[in-house]
Amino acid sequence: MRALVTSVYLFLYAPIALVVLFSFNAGRSTSQFTGFSTQWYGKAISNAFLMEAFENSLMIALVSASLAAVFGTMAALGLERLSAKPRAVFDGLLAAAIVVPGVVIGIATLVALVQTFSVLNPLIALIWPGENPPTLGLGYGSIIAAHGLFTMALVTMIVKARIASLGRDIVEASSDLYATPLTTFRQIVLPQILPSIVSGFLLAFTFSFDDFIIAFFVAGSKTTLPIYVFASIRRGVTPEINAISTLVLCASLIMIFTARFMMREQKDSMGD
Amino acid sequence: MAMSLTRRKSLVTLGLLAPAGLWLFICLVLPFIAIVVFAFGERAPEGGYQAAFTLTQFANLGSRAAAFVNTLMLAPLGAAACLLIAYPVAYYLAIKVHPNRRLLLVSLVVVPFWTSLLVRTYAWMYLLGARGIPALLAYAGIEDVRLINTPGAVLLGIVYGYLPLMIMPIYVSLEKLDRRLLEASADLGANPVSTFFKVTLPLSLPGVMTATSLVTILLLGEYLIPQLLGGGKVFFIGNALVDLFLQSRNWPFGSAIAVTLVVVVVLVLLVAMRIAWRISGVRQVDLV
Repeated sequence: MRALVTSVYLFLYAPIALVVLFSFNAGRSTSQFTGFSTQWYGKAISNAFLMEAFENSLMIALVSASLAAVFGTMAALGLERLSAKPRAVFDGLLAAAIVVPGVVIGIATLVALVQTFSVLNPLIALIWPGENPPTLGLGYGSIIAAHGLFTMALVTMIVKARIASLGRDIVEASSDLYATPLTTFRQIVLPQILPSIVSGFLLAFTFSFDDFIIAFFVAGSKTTLPIYVFASIRRGVTPEINAISTLVLCASLIMIFTARFMMREQKDSMGD
Repeated sequence: MAMSLTRRKSLVTLGLLAPAGLWLFICLVLPFIAIVVFAFGERAPEGGYQAAFTLTQFANLGSRAAAFVNTLMLAPLGAAACLLIAYPVAYYLAIKVHPNRRLLLVSLVVVPFWTSLLVRTYAWMYLLGARGIPALLAYAGIEDVRLINTPGAVLLGIVYGYLPLMIMPIYVSLEKLDRRLLEASADLGANPVSTFFKVTLPLSLPGVMTATSLVTILLLGEYLIPQLLGGGKVFFIGNALVDLFLQSRNWPFGSAIAVTLVVVVVLVLLVAMRIAWRISGVRQVDLV
C-alpha cells in the first residue's frame, strides 16, 4: 500500500515539477534541458499583454472575493434568523449556485446580460443628454458578478457551518449581561467566525484567480490571466508559458497555505 | 414612535439577506430563465436569438450525440478510476500513516486541487505531446506512439485533475471512524479483510458517495481537459457549448444543450441522494 501511495504522490507532483524545471531552461526547447536561466521569467514580466491580464485577474479576484466574503457572511448570519420555509428556498438557491456547472453559469450570464444590454442601451441613448451616451457591455463587471455568485455561495456555506458549531449559550450569556445585539456580534460572534470568513475569502480569491471557463464566456474584450494562458497554449508550448505557469502556481500556493493556516487556527479555537 | 422589536428584527434579517438574495436572483435565477426561454426559441439568421416557441432545438439534440456520449461515458468512467486510486490513498492517510506525517501528506493532496487546473492540464499536454513520452519511447525503439488527442489522454487528465477532490471527502469520513469498532471487530475474531468489508468500507460509504457525486457532477461540465488533451477529437458537452456560443453563435441550440446538461446534473444528484439515503437507512437497520 505504501508503494501505491508513493506512486500516487509521484503522479501528482512529477508533471508539475517538470513544468517548473523547464521554466528555467536556457534554450527554447521544452523537452531538452540545455542550461539554467531565468530569461523566460524576464520575458514574461516584460510582456505587456501578460501583465495586463495578470492585473485584471488580480483586480477581479480581489473585488469578487471581497464582495463574496461580505455578502456571504451577511447571508449566513441572516439565514440563522429565517424561518424554515424561506430558509429552505434560500439554501436551495445557494446549493444550485454551487452545483450548476461553471460552463452553464457562464452561458446563462452571457445570454441574460447581452439580452438586458440590448434593451437598456437604446434606452440610455434616448435619455442621455450629451453627445456620446455610455454603452453597457461585458467586461470586469460581468466577470466579477459571475465569479462572485459561486464564491458567495461557497462563503455562505463555510460561515454557516461555523455558526452552527458555535454554542448558543455564549450568545445568550452576552445578552443576559445586557450587551446590545451589535455588541454581542462584534465581541462574541465575529471573533469566532472571522477565521472561516478569511479562509472563505482566500478560497474565493483562488477560485476567481484560476477560473477559466466562466470568464471565457462573460469577459467580452477583457483578458484574464487564465484566458491569456489558454490562448498562448493553443499557439504552442514554450518555456515562457512554463514560467507563467510557475508564477501562477506560486500565487495559488501562497493562498492555500494562508487558508490552511486560518483553518487550523479555527480548529484550535474549536478545541477549547 | 419606536418600531416594534419584531419588526426591527425582521428588517435586520432582510438587510442581511438582501445583497445575497439579489445576487442569486440576478445572476442565477434570471439567467437560468433566459436560457430556458432561449432553448425554446429559434436561431436568428445572423446568429443569436429569435423569439419563437418551438421544440426544434431539443429535437435536434441528436446532432450533438457524440458530445453527450463522450461526456456520459468518460465522466463516470473517470470518476470510477479516480475512486479506485483515491480510496487506498485516503485509507492510508486516515488509518495507516503515522500521525506526525499525516498533516504534511494531507496538505500535499489539498495543494494540487487548489492550484490552477489549466496549468496542471498543460503539464500533461506537454508530457503526452510528441516531444514528451512518445519521444522517450522512440529512444527505446517504440516508434509512432500517439498519446495526446485520444480518449485515454482525456481520461488520464481527468484522473490527474480530480484525484485530490476524490481523496479528501473519503479521507474525512475514514478519519472520523471510531477506531474502537475496528478493535472490537478484531477482538470478535474477524480477520483484517472481513473487518474492512464489514466495518470500514460501509462506514466510509457516505464519504465515497459525496466524493463520487461531486467529481461526476464537475466532470459533466468539464471543458479544459477534453479541449487540451482531446484536441477537438474527444468532445465533451462543455466543448459543444463553447463552440455553439462563441463560434457558430447558435444560441438557442446551445441553450437547449445547457438546459439538458443541468437536467442531467440534477438527475445524477437525485440518484446520489437516493443511494446515500439507502446507505444510511441500511446502516440504521444494522445498528438496531
